[in-house]
Amino acid sequence: MTLSLSYPLGFLAFFVTPEPAAASRRIILLNPVDLAIIVIYFAMVLGIGFYLKRYTKRGEDFFLAGREMTAWVAGLSFVSANLGALELMGWAAATYQYGILATHWYWVGAIPAMLFLGIVMMPFYYISKTHSVPGYLQLRYGEPTRALSGILFAFMTVLMAGIDMYAMALVMKVVLGWNIHFSIWVSSLTVAIYVALGGLFSAIFNEVLQFFLIWLGALLIPILGLIETGGWSGLVARIHQNFPQGDYTHLWSTMGSFADNPMGIHWTGIVLGLGWVISFGYWTTDFLVVQRVIAAKDIRAAKLAPIIGSYFKMAVPFIVILPGLLGLAVLPFTLVPESSVGPGQHSYNEVLPLMLARYCGPGLLGLGITALIAGFMSGMAGNVSAFATVWTYDLYRSFIRKGASDAHYVKMGRWCTILGVLVSIGTAYLVMEFKSIMDYVQALFSFFIAPLFGTVLLGMLWKRATPWGGFWGLLAGTVSSISMWALVKADRSMLAYIALSSHAKDMAENMYRALWSWVICVTVTVVVSLLTRPKPAEELTGLVYGCTELPSEGHLPVWKRPIFWAGISFAAFLILQWIFW
Amino acid sequence: MAEDHHIIPVWFFVGVILSIYGVLILATGIYELSHPPSTVLANLRPAIWWGALLTVIGGIYVYLHMPRKS
Repeated sequence: MTLSLSYPLGFLAFFVTPEPAAASRRIILLNPVDLAIIVIYFAMVLGIGFYLKRYTKRGEDFFLAGREMTAWVAGLSFVSANLGALELMGWAAATYQYGILATHWYWVGAIPAMLFLGIVMMPFYYISKTHSVPGYLQLRYGEPTRALSGILFAFMTVLMAGIDMYAMALVMKVVLGWNIHFSIWVSSLTVAIYVALGGLFSAIFNEVLQFFLIWLGALLIPILGLIETGGWSGLVARIHQNFPQGDYTHLWSTMGSFADNPMGIHWTGIVLGLGWVISFGYWTTDFLVVQRVIAAKDIRAAKLAPIIGSYFKMAVPFIVILPGLLGLAVLPFTLVPESSVGPGQHSYNEVLPLMLARYCGPGLLGLGITALIAGFMSGMAGNVSAFATVWTYDLYRSFIRKGASDAHYVKMGRWCTILGVLVSIGTAYLVMEFKSIMDYVQALFSFFIAPLFGTVLLGMLWKRATPWGGFWGLLAGTVSSISMWALVKADRSMLAYIALSSHAKDMAENMYRALWSWVICVTVTVVVSLLTRPKPAEELTGLVYGCTELPSEGHLPVWKRPIFWAGISFAAFLILQWIFW
Repeated sequence: MAEDHHIIPVWFFVGVILSIYGVLILATGIYELSHPPSTVLANLRPAIWWGALLTVIGGIYVYLHMPRKS
């Protein structure tokens, strides 16, 4: 579920452009070699799916890739599951609009959370032998909490898969001039086939493939762009020359006031809203990414995977943020908001394809477009495989048909993969008709993720948290988030209370709403827990700190310990904040 | 813990696709010596050196992770 965390709300405007206007802005013309590169990609992913089918006969294989993934494979797919094409294009667009501030979503909004997942939370996810986040909640708090999270999660993943597909089809239409129905059906059916055949194995293999394609497809833009501008100092000079009134190249120094920066946000919102609640909520509880780490082959690999991912996540701004900054520096025209695009103009959202077309000729262009398509498809595949797991194990097996054979559940997993894709296609067409649905799905995800983090965190670190505490805390946090959102929709002036300033913009509202709903979730969980009976300690073994024997790493050389690499990653993160202050 | 699967490692597939792409892009780059594209910095011949890079990386991955009969 890549969209909600990493995706500026403004990018949603891309999808409300009337189609004739969108079609007239085609940016890229593909050559036969580009088309060959795209066709080879489709053939490869289908081939991998057919190859892996023979290895996914058991539930553990289909839903959890046999729990055999090495740290590197789990780590790359962990980062890849999040690094979709909408993120690439959306954040390049956000950078063009807001400058280097967009980098916060890759650094303070990801690195501390990924390291926390690896060092603190993965031991409990892994030792509990759960198959999913709702599965952990069932072990820790009981069925009501699992049901609440499972239903919400299953519903959201399949909707998000549809949005991914619609977004891809529209981007291909605008950028390449492809028929929107062709894009939706060909890509959806390809995803349906390779995930139904190979399950999570297929999804992970293709995410690793996608990781390489994205890097190798997008890396030329910053390399050639920095050559053109004469390095970073030349880039900054040209941005100042083109846009003398704005500060696009400082990360923290303009965050002292809501009014001082183009995002309209204060540093407390970034640190406490984005850096704490939203990012921790997403990276530690979103099943799409956590599933990749649960599939690791042992606990050390499970701890290392998100830490490995953190290094690559820290480097992603090179291929996402830099193209946006280069757009500010080198494009001979100014991009405009999607809603204001006139004849001959381009929107912020097109900055990445424009930079691709600027530097990449035949062949290289095909590689770049394949990277975008791969990103979209792996986003859909990730959502669909997560949906199949949560539906089959947490809802179907738990509430509808218990005690069936493993082969029966694998068959259910394959069929609900197909069904999930078909529902996603339906969602894509629904969104085509009613664009505002995307706003609501985005908001739906944001209601849930911050309170879920509170529930899981307390579950793992506080053995006094009770089943009713967990359930009512999660429900209260989710309902409070919905209420705050509805209040601001009904009366915009409420933003001054929720986001602490009347100058705050939508992004700030999301962050503060996440923070308050997390606080409410934790408070209710604590109060209800103190008034209700906890589970006996023997039922909490493997689930919570204080009742779990965590394997020691003292016998390992320092350089083999996950904490060592986490420390280096965190140090690099701090250095980057200083360099770009 | 699940039984071990003797699955071809994902790195082999990565190597195969990068090798194929590398050869295609390198060939395109050589063609562009006489038919240069109208992109910025085309004089640096990015298709040639990027295609060569992909071919080398892909070849290394294929060689290191080629499935071998025991």
